[in-house]
Parts: sequence; structure tokens; C-alpha cells
Amino acid sequence: MLRLVSFALFIATWWIASLLIGDAKLPPPPVVLAAMLTEAKSGALFVNLGATLARVALAFTLAMALGSAIGYLMGRMPLANRLGDPWLILLLNLPALVVIVLAYIWAGLTEVAAIAAIAINKLPTAVVTLREGARALDPALDEMATAFAFPPARTFRHVILPQLAPYIAAAARSGLSLVWKIVLVAELLGRPNGVGFEIGVAFQLFDIPLLLAYSLSFAAVVLVIETLLVQPFETRLSRWRLRAA
Amino acid sequence: MQLEVNITGKSFENAAGKRHDVLAAINFTLNAGEVGVVFGPSGCGKSTLLKILAGLDHNYQGRVVRPGVRLGMVFQEPRLLPWRTVEENVRLAAPDVDEARIAALFDVLELTAHRHHFPGELSLGLARRVALARAFAVEPNFLILDEPLASLDNALAGRLREQIATLVASRRMMTLFVTHDLDDAVRLGDRLFFLSARPARIIHVETIAALRAKRSEQDIADIKARLAQLDLANM
Repeated sequence: MLRLVSFALFIATWWIASLLIGDAKLPPPPVVLAAMLTEAKSGALFVNLGATLARVALAFTLAMALGSAIGYLMGRMPLANRLGDPWLILLLNLPALVVIVLAYIWAGLTEVAAIAAIAINKLPTAVVTLREGARALDPALDEMATAFAFPPARTFRHVILPQLAPYIAAAARSGLSLVWKIVLVAELLGRPNGVGFEIGVAFQLFDIPLLLAYSLSFAAVVLVIETLLVQPFETRLSRWRLRAA
Repeated sequence: MQLEVNITGKSFENAAGKRHDVLAAINFTLNAGEVGVVFGPSGCGKSTLLKILAGLDHNYQGRVVRPGVRLGMVFQEPRLLPWRTVEENVRLAAPDVDEARIAALFDVLELTAHRHHFPGELSLGLARRVALARAFAVEPNFLILDEPLASLDNALAGRLREQIATLVASRRMMTLFVTHDLDDAVRLGDRLFFLSARPARIIHVETIAALRAKRSEQDIADIKARLAQLDLANM
């Protein structure tokens, strides 16, 4: 209910702003909706959203898997940490644009280059978060697992993974928002489809309704994924914690 | 089945690089069916000794022989997995335990009602009992209890001591029980190892001839009185 009110407020603000600024710069909601419907009818909207989502899914999975593994190793092994730290600082502070442009130059304007570039942008934040998680692992529980001769797989699944879960969730949350932002830049610069590509086209033609239609559809998809996937996942992870009645 | 302990020394280096000797020479053996009690002042290195005997710390001088040990351990803090229920905590340590055995254990320890609770929902006394259930569920041949009765009120500690006595008597194994309560030591132990202050060494071994189950209150009072006369605290 509160969400609906908040949404209505957003539409109202937009509408009033468009009346004040003028249609040319900020078209009112019905015009944008019409553009959205046209794109949806031709199927272009879904093709582009689908392409972007596929890139997000691939790059996100790749970066999370690699980043978690590297972060865990760096948190557990001082040698790995000393070796990896300079690389990590470099990657953390490397602008996304540099990675994307270099990837396109070295690997060509390919899908692999785009996904790799997005993944490399997200990787260091996952590493940093998981490294902190691995450092915070409770040695007392490790000792318990050793004393009771837990095999490695059982220790990992029941002792280590639950302790890392909040860190994985944090890395996923911040990483997903980062990937949402970067994927459009990568598409704008070197892909023939996707939301980023369409926004680039709309920008060149100064087609503001089309630009907004794509931006908002994209935002809607992000919102749906956050509420249906990310938030239930986080709730499930913390179900053992005591909640105030 | 016998535990042979021949530790010649154990030291830590603190952050400033200074060496601290925690254990001096500690030699004893423990046989199956025997309850050894490690008794000593707080901070004398009892927990360090236990870690070595449990095989959690290999960084010491000397030798500990523990052939084919199946260890059950009750740590000073319960050390349960907060994200697993009481039953899951026990079953993870003892995957082969059957339902009858687990039900019997929970029954003795009065945990039946808490089977599906998470450790965060339990009091310290209950969590301790879960840790006990876990240690007994693995059907150990070597049981280590690190101050399982500390920071419980007298009534609760008394009841838990009874439960521990019942469980220890139900199985032939080597048991090592750490405490700084002389009453618990005399009631539960067969042989009492008295440790000095740091660096810890064994200053006295008291062997109690009377069987654990047959000790009268009078026997216990006599043994305590004799031990008090030895003035072990100042040796």
C-alpha cells in the first residue's frame, strides 16, 4: 500500500515537472508509456531487455564466483593477501570506462569482451567484501569442527558458508547495482543491442520518450529482481537470527 | 586404549615478541574407563593443555600419544552453530547416530522440547547441555569436558553434574574433566591432577579408590578435607 502511494507520488511529481519544463525536455508519462508500448509491440523492448539481462546474469555470476573464491583465499592465507593486494587496489580504482575501452580494443567488439569488462569491474568489490568475511571467521567454530573431525565439505557448508553468507549477500547487493550501471556503458560503447545501445540511439536522435521508455523499463526490471530475488534470499539467510516479537 | 601425555613445555610469543611459558613438564597417562580431573587456578593453562590433548594445537614440546581417538569435546563456551537447530548441531557432529540414541540423550539432558530451537533461543545452561549431547552422540572413546559447569547457578550446576555422571558412567572411555571447583573434582573424578600456577606443572596426583557411584557424602568430605590440608595453592 505504502509502495503504491510512493509510486503515485513519483508519477505525479514527474507529470508536474513535465508541465513546468515543457514536453520537449521532459515528456509527460502518457507519451513515454506510448513509446514503451510501441517498442513492446515490435518486440524490440524485450529483445533489448533480454540481451541486457543475459549480460548482467553472466557477468554477475562470473564476478561473484571468482571474486568470492579469491577473497576467501586472501582472507585465509596471508601470502595470497600480500600477493593479491596491489592488484586489488589497482582494479578497485581503475575507472570502468578504461576497462571497457581496453577490453574492446584487445578482444574486439565482442560479447566476450563486454561480459569480461563488466565482470572485471565488479570483481574487486566482491574480493574485498569476501576477504573481510574470511577474516572474521570464528576460530572457535573452526576448532569445534576439527575436534569433531568434520570432513572439509561439511565444515565448508555448515560452518564456513553460513558465516560468509552476510558478506556474500552484501557483495551481491552492491555488486548487482554496480553491474546494472556498468552494463549500459559497455552496451553503449560496443554492442549492437541491449538497453544501453537503445539509449545511445535515442540520445543521438534526441528521442527523449524512447530514452525514458528504455530507462524506466530497465528500472522496473531491476526493481522486480530486487524484490523477488534478492530480498527473499537475504531474509532466508538470516532466518536463524532472533527477531524482536 | 590409553592416553600418554609427555609434554615438556609450551610457550606463546605475545605481540611484543616476549616469550611466555604456559606449560612446564606435564606427564601422566589415562586409561579407558577412567575419569581424570585437571584442577588448577584460573589462567594456569588448563585450556591450553586441553587444546594440545584434543589435537587442536600441535605447537608444543614433547609428545602426546592418543591412538585411534574418537574425540567428544565440550568446550568452555558451548560453540554451537547458531544457524543450525539443536538437533542439526548434534547430527552434524555425529552423522551416524540413530534416532533412539539421540532421543535417549535428549531425554537425559532434558532437551527434548528444544530439539528444533536455534541456539540463540537457548539459555547458557541449555546450550551447555546441547554441547554435552553433541559430545556424547559421537560415542567417543576420549571425552574432554572443559569447565562444563562454570557460570551456572548452584542448583543447575548440581543437576547438570548428575547428568554428566550418568552419561560418563554409561560408557567405557577416557574422560578428562577440567574444573576449578574442588567439589566437582572429587565427585566426578578417579584421579585428580593438581596444576600449579603458570607455567603449569603437576604438583600433586590424588587417586580416589572408592568407585564414583559408591562415594558417600562422608567420603567426599574426607577427601576434600585431606586435600585442603595439603595446601596445594601454596606449593
